[in-house]
Amino acid sequence: MTSLPTRTDKQLGLVIDLDICVGCHACVTACKGWNTENYGAPLGDDDPYGAEPVGSFLNRIHSYEVQPEDGTAQLIHFPKSCLHCADAPCVTVCPTGASYKRVEDGIVLVNESDCIGCGLCAWACPYGAREMDPVENVMKKCTLCVDRIYNDNLPEDDRVPACVRTCPTGARAFGDLADPDSAVSQSVAARGGLELMPEQGTAPVNRYLPPREKDSNVLAPLLEPIAEEPRGFLVWLDKTLDRIG
Amino acid sequence: MHPATSLILFTTLSGLGFGLLIFLGLGMPPVTGWVAFAFFAIAYALAVGGLLSSVFHLGHPERALKAFTQWRSSWLSREAWAASGVLSVMAVFGAGLVFAGERIAPLGWLGALGAAGTVLATSMIYAQLKTVPRWNHWSTPSLFLLHAVAGGALLAGQSAAAILLLVILGTFQLWVWSDGDVRFERSSTTLATATRLTGGALRAFEQPHTGPNYLTREMIHVVGRRHARKLRAIGLSLAVILPAAILALLPFSHALAGIAVLSHIAGSLVNRWLFFAEAEHVVGLYYGQR
Amino acid sequence: MHSQPDLDTSPRVSDEIRRTTCYMCACRCGINVHMKKGEIAYIEGNRDHPVNKGVLCGKGAAGIMQHTAPSRLRAPLKRVGPRGSGAFEEITWDEALETATGWLKPLRESDPKRFAFFTGRDQSQSFTGYWAQAFGTPNFAAHGGFCSVNMAAGGIYTMGGAFWEFGEPDWDHTKLFLLFGVAEDHSSNPIKIGLGKLKARGAKVIGINPIRSGYNAVADDWYGITPGTDGLFILSLVHCLLEAGKIDLDYLARYTNAPCLVNMDESGNEFGLILKDDDGRDLVWDANENRPRCFDKPDVKPDLAATWRHAGVTHKPVFHLIAERYLAEEYAPETVASTVGIPAPRIRALAAELADVAFNQAIEIKQPWTDFRGQTHETMVGRPVSMHAMRGISAHANGFQTCRALHLLQILLGAVETPGSFRFKPPYPKPPEAHPKPHADARAGEPLGGPHLGYPLGPEHLCIEDDGTPQRIDKAYTWENPMSAHGLMHMVISNAAAGDPYKIDTLMLYMANMAWNSSMNTAQTMAMLTAKDENGEYKIPHIIYSDSYSSEMVAYADLILPDTTYLERHDCISLLDRPISDAERAADAIRWPVVEPDRDVRAFQSVLCDLGHRLGLPGFVAPGGGPAFADYAGYITNHERRPGVGPLSGWRLAEDGSETDGRGLPNSEQIDRYIENGGFWTAEIPDNAQFYKPWNQAYQNWSVDIGLVDAPAPYTFNLYSEPLRRFQLAAEGKGPRQPPEHLRDRILTELDPLPIWRPTGTDADDGFPVHALTQRPMAMYHSWGTQNAWLRQIHGANPLYVPTKIWKAHGFSDGDWAQVTSPHGEITVPVAHMAALNENTVWTWNAIGKRKGAWALDPDAPEATKGFLLNHLIHELLPPKGDGLRWSNSDPVTGQAAWFDLKVKIKKVSAPRESKPALPTIHSPVPKAPETVARKTDA
Repeated sequence: MTSLPTRTDKQLGLVIDLDICVGCHACVTACKGWNTENYGAPLGDDDPYGAEPVGSFLNRIHSYEVQPEDGTAQLIHFPKSCLHCADAPCVTVCPTGASYKRVEDGIVLVNESDCIGCGLCAWACPYGAREMDPVENVMKKCTLCVDRIYNDNLPEDDRVPACVRTCPTGARAFGDLADPDSAVSQSVAARGGLELMPEQGTAPVNRYLPPREKDSNVLAPLLEPIAEEPRGFLVWLDKTLDRIG
Repeated sequence: MHPATSLILFTTLSGLGFGLLIFLGLGMPPVTGWVAFAFFAIAYALAVGGLLSSVFHLGHPERALKAFTQWRSSWLSREAWAASGVLSVMAVFGAGLVFAGERIAPLGWLGALGAAGTVLATSMIYAQLKTVPRWNHWSTPSLFLLHAVAGGALLAGQSAAAILLLVILGTFQLWVWSDGDVRFERSSTTLATATRLTGGALRAFEQPHTGPNYLTREMIHVVGRRHARKLRAIGLSLAVILPAAILALLPFSHALAGIAVLSHIAGSLVNRWLFFAEAEHVVGLYYGQR
Repeated sequence: MHSQPDLDTSPRVSDEIRRTTCYMCACRCGINVHMKKGEIAYIEGNRDHPVNKGVLCGKGAAGIMQHTAPSRLRAPLKRVGPRGSGAFEEITWDEALETATGWLKPLRESDPKRFAFFTGRDQSQSFTGYWAQAFGTPNFAAHGGFCSVNMAAGGIYTMGGAFWEFGEPDWDHTKLFLLFGVAEDHSSNPIKIGLGKLKARGAKVIGINPIRSGYNAVADDWYGITPGTDGLFILSLVHCLLEAGKIDLDYLARYTNAPCLVNMDESGNEFGLILKDDDGRDLVWDANENRPRCFDKPDVKPDLAATWRHAGVTHKPVFHLIAERYLAEEYAPETVASTVGIPAPRIRALAAELADVAFNQAIEIKQPWTDFRGQTHETMVGRPVSMHAMRGISAHANGFQTCRALHLLQILLGAVETPGSFRFKPPYPKPPEAHPKPHADARAGEPLGGPHLGYPLGPEHLCIEDDGTPQRIDKAYTWENPMSAHGLMHMVISNAAAGDPYKIDTLMLYMANMAWNSSMNTAQTMAMLTAKDENGEYKIPHIIYSDSYSSEMVAYADLILPDTTYLERHDCISLLDRPISDAERAADAIRWPVVEPDRDVRAFQSVLCDLGHRLGLPGFVAPGGGPAFADYAGYITNHERRPGVGPLSGWRLAEDGSETDGRGLPNSEQIDRYIENGGFWTAEIPDNAQFYKPWNQAYQNWSVDIGLVDAPAPYTFNLYSEPLRRFQLAAEGKGPRQPPEHLRDRILTELDPLPIWRPTGTDADDGFPVHALTQRPMAMYHSWGTQNAWLRQIHGANPLYVPTKIWKAHGFSDGDWAQVTSPHGEITVPVAHMAALNENTVWTWNAIGKRKGAWALDPDAPEATKGFLLNHLIHELLPPKGDGLRWSNSDPVTGQAAWFDLKVKIKKVSAPRESKPALPTIHSPVPKAPETVARKTDA
């Protein structure tokens, strides 16, 4: 179990468009809601109304600032959840086989009834994609909503992860990144989709579309005044009105 | 990384216990009967106590036996096998010494090898983590093994070996600290590779949530590191300098040996605390903290 | 070796989906509430719903934690300790209602204005207003006065609608989108959906905002403008466009009052008014017949340039006045650059871009349509430039004119109600003339003569006595703020405590956290609520409050009427109120109880039905003497505002008993029909009526058909606002109603009929150099989010964000604290660095800070120890001017609370134990919250 499959039929994953994400946290609570009610133990919250509330979340929105040498600074919202790595280090470190990567679609899951809560998988993950549930003490992570995407009880267009379904700006897309013809693969190709921390050698499936160039000031030609004096404007107006009349 | 008490106790005590078993397995000292019983009791108390402590670190200790299943790939699983194997083998070996006065040497050698293997497996749990550059290095198993054998020699009353091993340990530890300090930078993982953002100076703006979470509590430990320099001096003095000095400079007495052992244990605990607290996980980059 | 467990990938999702309407903010999205074993299991967006089309924001998806929050009130409460202590005892509903009746009945019979009823984030204003009207008090309004009345009034007076509920960009066609100021907190999902569409099409998004967060973070270009100077920036764009002749002259001539002739006789009583025909209709110069003719004559060709001198009086077209004013050097980019904080070349560049997209990239839809003059056009020509703004430009003391300036810019480009630009949502467009006028004529035992709120067209519509005394407690519709179309909720407590203009007896508030984040000057507001007169009686003798939750305000009331959660109640999102239509369809919606309350609580509107009956209010008593409505659902179904027009437009009954849309008789099964349809109703606007709505015959007829209006009422846009000019005329000494002397100059300056820009009150160089702003995080809506276990983890504390320049100048580093001082007060708060920020602006998230003990939170909650309110620094009055008068910190036109005019100074201080001011803990009348939450319905 702990060993990774040599290959997976598909590589299901997310493509996140950093040019569009406004940082609204919709995906965060939609994920929390669905995964509290569905796969495995509920996503618990410790001290929920207290001084230091800590709950498990499978998806969190970071934010970064880029300050160019000159010009205005930019703010980038950066959603992050499990990247469902092809070479997932979290799986191989697991002593019980609770962590595994599905051979049919590449989704990395935790079989909670086998999880001893040692936390080693979370240490092995460079992305911070795994969180120990503070109430159930088992490791929680993004399931890519494996209980939605194949669910016959849901209408077909709802068979996407909860975060994708709810994203108001459409900054999140779901699909098979092993299929070069899929919409997600196409957008990755078109926009130069990137993998995070390639040097870690985890071969993540999820991709990030970088923000488009901003504040570039590609401009229309500046406007030419039609007259030097306000009076000249009225002369222009008369002439123009005659023309459009 | 968060310096969890259970993990510090586990790695330190079980390391000492298995270190002592290495020496007992090799017949150093060549004890039998009740004296052997006392040595084995100490070794088992440390090793088993440490292992128990590690079980308390688990979210679900009642499922701990499942950890034996993944020996093919998981160092933690291998550690579980190695530890229980060693403890079984050495139980037979020890029983022979205590009850029959009989030393089944090959069993002892096997046990000693296994004990070293157990320490190695423990250390590999940390050394394998690319996510913690300070640990992800051959020096981590070396350091764990040196700690185990130096402490084992001390506990086994092998003064000459202990002095030598402590000096090696101290020297090595000093180098590990200084080299460890630059390993994160050397690792090539940066906020830029973590986010792949370009275009200017990059900075984490806000945490995803205003409060802490499992990751920030577990992987990011900024507070303790402020006192690292002082703690290194204390750790080195207690673990290495004081016991080595006692053994080398003072006439032997059980009381002094006891002080040397306790000092070594205390120093090892400090060093192990630093081992965790000074280790920075790459996930800290995402949080703008390390 | 790989093996994996078998997994059920098709688990049961729910037993049933109940579709209702969200209430986590004012967006009113459709939600699917998944039920398991009769309990709420999961909430997601409703794909069929016109507002959110399936998506849902961070708040909406966390609704389940709102519904289960431990801060929910449990039963009616009677105050037993001193006001503000939070000491209550639970009472029965009967006792609660009898108490309220005992207080209110004598007031109604003697002097109804001694009862004031103000609602906060109320989504039933057409009902609560109707109730207050029946009671007969002039003192009713909702929270618009401290929210965005400038936006609403600026839009209505200029073009018959504004942004948000009034209209939206044509997301499918626009190529250039300008977003002014903070807009994340209103219409949030539609705007996010729209931004997503723009990005997908490669359209350009430009943010004009001191803060580059949220939507501005994804903007392709960002203009980090100085707060409060948007009006000047916009008028500078107008200057550039006029200068270059890049304006839609045909559009201006046909659809605006640009060609209307203005009387220029300074000595006459008509000076500055538009020339009228005998029926009082606007006249334009007709280029066909070379004479003034009514603007809507079928063959009229309005001339923008012709001046007409008649009987010794010169009449100039409005457009002349526009050209003369905005071509002046004072609006040149080079003149305004330093004030707005944006270099002149960037302003000129933006003007060029606007012109390029509007005129060189115009779009055309092949759809014939007929205008109000009877002329048929073969296509619909569009200017694909759209704009949006909300509180950011609205919540300044110059906000009304800034909103007008923005609409002027849109209209000059021909970018309103044309394809690719900005479009109205039914029942808008609706010009000021089509709105009610305000009523405040209280008479003992009688209902009010008409609705409280409306749009005055001149001094004759002010709510003042003959001696000038305000009729309303909030002094709305007085010379101080004549066009206060949403009232001035932020002045109610202050005026009532001061007895200015008169004393009141009972104040009833609904969903308004006036003892905390909804008040300026928070600490003193608490003092006013507890202030006693010389007899030791409270200055406001009775306070009734209805809320679902244990908010800070609860402690300051004498009687608490606990409301339900949004999943336990009926509501209607009505076309009579603040509807959820979009540009392509009219829509209304309901809420219905998807679960029954497990506490002794009642929906406030149902309580009002009961109270209305007990008080004998007209409309609330059935012919037999019993209650007219058993509950709010009864009102929703049976009330008729006009014959055939009720709160809900769907599934009404035709004469023959069949179901029909729009106009019709009440239908006892109407709510069931809504539930079957997913909780909402829509009526699609016909294709030929989709654009040019104010002037489109097909649209005008359609709006009559579905009951929005009773007769077609096409109109032209008021670039020049005559109602404003009428107030100016009064200030010039003309007319029977005259302003007090101290306000004459202000009215002359501020109520200019053409948009102007004025620096706001505190702009003087008085030692407070830094602008201080707030905004609401997209994942939290005012106080409500705080009690939500999920949302408060995202926003549990708020730092003051400081720009790089100030950060470095003060030597701040992470974890530092600052003392922030305004002319009014001082707070000590944590700071954080933000580079993407105007260099003279600091800001924070609004209403994260909490009073200890409120909302069922631990007193050590970060909201109380690190969170803070900027409100403490803002006074509802301007600093005294030495004239003995109380000058409200509001827009002089509308009374809009000027939240964003705050200026401060900042100083680094050593970290205190907690943020200051630290107010004492209040006792909360709800049980202690649980230690952990891990909820699963079928676990």
